[in-house]
Amino acid sequence: MKGESSKNVDFLAGLIFIILGLVAAITAQKSYPIGTSLNMGPGYFPMALGYILTAFGLYVMVRGLVQGQEKVQGVWGIRPIVMVSLGLAVFGLVMDLLGLVAALFALIFISALGGREFKFKEVLILAVVLSVASWGLFIYALGMPLRLFVWGK
Amino acid sequence: MIVELFDKIIFGFGVALSVQNLLYSLIGVLIGTLIGVLPGIGPLVTIAMLLPVTFNLAPTASLIMLAGIFYGAQYGGSTTSVLMNLPGETSSVVTCLDGYQMAKQGRAGPALAIAAIGSFFAGCVGTLLIGIAGPVLAELAIKFTAPEYFSLMLLGLVGAAVLTQGDMVRSLAMLVAGLLLGIVGADVNTGLLRFTFGIYELSDGVGFTIIGVALFAVPEIVKNLEETEQGEIYTGKVTGLMPTLVDLKASALPILRGTGIGSFFGILPGIGPITSTFCSYAVEKKLSKDPARFGRGAIEGVASPESANNAAVQCSFIPMLTLGLPSNPVMALFLGALMIHGITPGPQIMVRNPGLFWGLIASMWIGNLMLVLLNLPLIGVWVKMLKVPYRWMFPSILVLCAVGNYSVNNSSTEIYLTAAMGILGYILIKLRCEPAPMVMGFVMGPMMEENLRRSMLLSQGDPMVFITRPISLGFILATVFLIILMTIVPVIRKRRQKDDAASTGKT
Repeated sequence: MKGESSKNVDFLAGLIFIILGLVAAITAQKSYPIGTSLNMGPGYFPMALGYILTAFGLYVMVRGLVQGQEKVQGVWGIRPIVMVSLGLAVFGLVMDLLGLVAALFALIFISALGGREFKFKEVLILAVVLSVASWGLFIYALGMPLRLFVWGK
Repeated sequence: MIVELFDKIIFGFGVALSVQNLLYSLIGVLIGTLIGVLPGIGPLVTIAMLLPVTFNLAPTASLIMLAGIFYGAQYGGSTTSVLMNLPGETSSVVTCLDGYQMAKQGRAGPALAIAAIGSFFAGCVGTLLIGIAGPVLAELAIKFTAPEYFSLMLLGLVGAAVLTQGDMVRSLAMLVAGLLLGIVGADVNTGLLRFTFGIYELSDGVGFTIIGVALFAVPEIVKNLEETEQGEIYTGKVTGLMPTLVDLKASALPILRGTGIGSFFGILPGIGPITSTFCSYAVEKKLSKDPARFGRGAIEGVASPESANNAAVQCSFIPMLTLGLPSNPVMALFLGALMIHGITPGPQIMVRNPGLFWGLIASMWIGNLMLVLLNLPLIGVWVKMLKVPYRWMFPSILVLCAVGNYSVNNSSTEIYLTAAMGILGYILIKLRCEPAPMVMGFVMGPMMEENLRRSMLLSQGDPMVFITRPISLGFILATVFLIILMTIVPVIRKRRQKDDAASTGKT
C-alpha cells in the first residue's frame, strides 16, 4: 500500500494542499485578528482561503484513495533537484562571503553534478566563460552593484 | 473616434521610436529569440529569468523590453518546432505537426517565413485591436466598484484555472494556494506581518521573481535532467528561405482566419494561445479540400495556428492592461512587472500613463516588424544555437536566475527562498499540478483581498452584494457556468468514448 501511495498523484497532491491549507488557516486564526465580515481583520481572508484549500485537498486526496488511477510519470529526479537547489543556496551563501566569481563557480559546479554527465574540464571552461559574461552583462552593462571577488568593495 | 485613435497611436510611435526604447525593443527581441530557440525553454521561463534584469530600467523601457523578449521567445519556439519537432511550449505543439514535416521535405525556410509573416500580420491586427478595444473596455470598467472587481477577478482566475489543461480541482487548489502565497507580507490595512515566519525579507511579500524562477525555471530544468534520452540535434540545412507565390496564396486566407480565431480567444481568460492554435488548425483541416495533406507538410497548418497564436498573445494584453486582469501566466508576470514599477494596471492606465500604454502598443508592432526583418536572415545563427548541448545550457540558465534574483534586493535570502520554493515547484509539477493558476493567484491575491474588504464595507457586511449588483451577478453566473461546464464536459466525453468502445466491441 505504501509503495502505491508514493506514486499516487491525487493522494500526494491532496496531502500537500491539506498541509498548506491547515497551516495557513490555523496560523491566521491563532495569530491574526479575524474581525467581522463587515470589517475584516488581517486574518479573515487567509483563514477562509486556508479552509477552502484544505477542502480541495481533502477532495483530491479522497479521490486519489478511491480511484487512484493517475500515477506519477517517469522517475523523481532526486539528484537533479537536490543539486540545482543546493547550487542555488550555496550561490547565495558564497555570494555574501566571497563575491560573484566564487559564487558562480560554486553554482555551476554543483548544478552540473545534477546533469547527465559531468566533465570537469568542460565545466571549468563553462564557469570561466559564464563569469566573464556575467561581469559583462550584470556589472558592466547593467551597472549592478555586485562584488566580483572577496577583496572587492 | 478614429482620428483620436490615430493621434494616440502616432503618439505611441513617438514614444516607442525614441532611440532608447527602440534599442531596448531590439535587445529584447534578440535575447528573447536567442533564449526561446533553446529547446526546453519557453517564453515563460525566458521572461521569469530575465525579469530582474529589466528592473533597473525606466518603466516604459522595461515593459517594451519585456514585450520584445516575449515575442522573441514565442518566435523562437516556432523555430524549434519547425526545425526539431520540439515545441518550446504547448502553444507551438500544433506548429510541429506540419512545420516539422515541411522541414523534413527541405522546406524549413518557407515554413519559418510563413510563420513570421503570419505572426506579423496577426500582430498588426492585434495592435489595432488593443488600440480600439482598450479605451472602450476602460470606459466600461471605470464604472466598476469593489464588488464588480472582485467578481471579475473571480471569473478571470477561476476561468483561467478550469480552462488550463490538467485536472480542474487540482488547478483550483493551486489557484487558492497562489492567492495565499500572494498575501504573504505586511497587511495593507493594518501593517501586520502575515506568514513571514520571522523572515524579515518577506515583509514586502514573496519576491515576484522568486515565484517565476521557482515555479517555472527550476522545475523545467530538473524535468529535462531527469529524462535520460537526449533530444535529437538538428543537423540539416535551411535553404530557400522565401516562400513561393503559391505558398503565399495558399496561406493568405488561413492567416486571416487564424488571426480572427486568435483575437477572439485571446481576450478570454485562460483560453488564449493554446486553444486558439488547436482550434485554428482544426478549422483549416475541415475547410481544406484535401484534409489528408495535413500532418504531411501543409503550409496552411503552419500559417493559421501561428497567426492565431500571435493574435491571441497580443489580445491577451487587453484585459491585462485595461482591467488589471491577467488571462494567462505570462500576463501575470507582466502585471507583476508593472506593479513593481509602481504602476497599477486598470482603466486609469491610459489616463495616468499614456506614454506607457500607447508606447507599449506601438512597440509591439515595431517588435513584430523586427522579428520579420531580423530573424529570418538570422535563422542560420539560431540553428547553430540548437547545437548547444543541454549540459552547458542549464548552468547558464541558473546563473541568469541566480544573479538576477540576488540583485533584486542584493540579498541572499531571495536565493535561499528560490531554492526552497523550487523544490516545492518541482514536486507540484511532478504531481501534475499546473503552476499557471498559482502564479496568477499569487499576483492577484492582495488585490482580491482588498476588493473583498471594500465590498463588505460598502454593503455593511452583507455578502449578497455580489449577487444584487447586476454586473457583478453576471460575472458570478459566468463563473458558476464555467465550473459546471467543465465538470460536465469530461464526463460526457468519457461516456461517449465508452459508448464508442462498446459499439465497436460488438461489431
